[in-house]
Amino acid sequence: MSKEWPLWEVFIRSQHGLAHKHVGSLHAPDAGMAVNNARDVYTRRNEGVSIWVVRAADIVASSPSDKGALFEPSNSKVYRHPTFFPMPEEVKNL
Amino acid sequence: MDDKVNYLLRLGDNALILSQQLSQLCGKGPALEEDMALTNVALDLLGQTRMWFEYAAELEGAGRDEDQLAYHRDAHDFKNCLLLEQPNGNYADTMMRQFFFDSWHYFLIRELTASSDARIAAIADKSLKEVTYHLRRSGDLIVRLGDGTADSHAKTQTAANELWMYTGEMFAYDAVDNAMAAAGIAPASGVLRQLWLDHVAEVFAEATLTMPSPDAWMQKGGKQGTHTEHLGFILAEMQFLQRAYPGAEW
Repeated sequence: MSKEWPLWEVFIRSQHGLAHKHVGSLHAPDAGMAVNNARDVYTRRNEGVSIWVVRAADIVASSPSDKGALFEPSNSKVYRHPTFFPMPEEVKNL
Repeated sequence: MDDKVNYLLRLGDNALILSQQLSQLCGKGPALEEDMALTNVALDLLGQTRMWFEYAAELEGAGRDEDQLAYHRDAHDFKNCLLLEQPNGNYADTMMRQFFFDSWHYFLIRELTASSDARIAAIADKSLKEVTYHLRRSGDLIVRLGDGTADSHAKTQTAANELWMYTGEMFAYDAVDNAMAAAGIAPASGVLRQLWLDHVAEVFAEATLTMPSPDAWMQKGGKQGTHTEHLGFILAEMQFLQRAYPGAEW
């Protein structure tokens, strides 16, 4: 077993933000201490109202070599973008 | 010296000396995350120091400001508890000192939010969230260190045993404390001690640590200005710049 503390990814929801956003990573022996450490390392300037931490090892990522097959087919499908509609002023956060 | 000014200086000196001790660990913490956490606590305490000193300076009316109170008083004018001037030692020593202080500080600040002095109540109110977090963090670390490896357990138990005799002073009321309690400014004598003992006992049980006897012989004198040899070295480093270049500013 490694003597290093495992790596955690930190997500913070800001004061006005609607979603948690990835802000960085840190080391901690378990989830409770990861939250405490995230508070100390990433919310010093009043950034957040909520913290998520997740073990970096538990994140499943797509492979860079799959980029073409995964993403390029949507390039030619401009009709999937809602750019043909005028948006009313009142609609926010869309 | 006016009792209330004296009491405010005690509050400020406790926060200032511990803040200075923690600041000395900046860049030397056992892990980056701990380093940041310690300096956050140091900054919280420094902010509280300013508020206590500002009020003390106003009441004193001798034309001193908070910087002069911090940098131009000698060791015998400092009124911090002896616990806070004890060396950083190893990390178990640092965290045990912090835990003993935080456990007292939290209950004290909580009681002070109901102080009959509106300014003191307001400062306590502002500090309460900070000290709540400090206690949560140091208690958590004591449990981890105590209930960790055989080595961390031994070091944490040793730290508790060695610092224990400096804890009694926080609860030993003298004439100043009694005057403050009588005026409803500070909590009544004896209130904090039981709360503190109960909380420490709870955390020690979870940390598998043995709590030393509450009836053990206790050191005292810090509040009255009689300090251990450590304070002089802390002040020499903290005050050097203002002593060498009085009034120097950024």
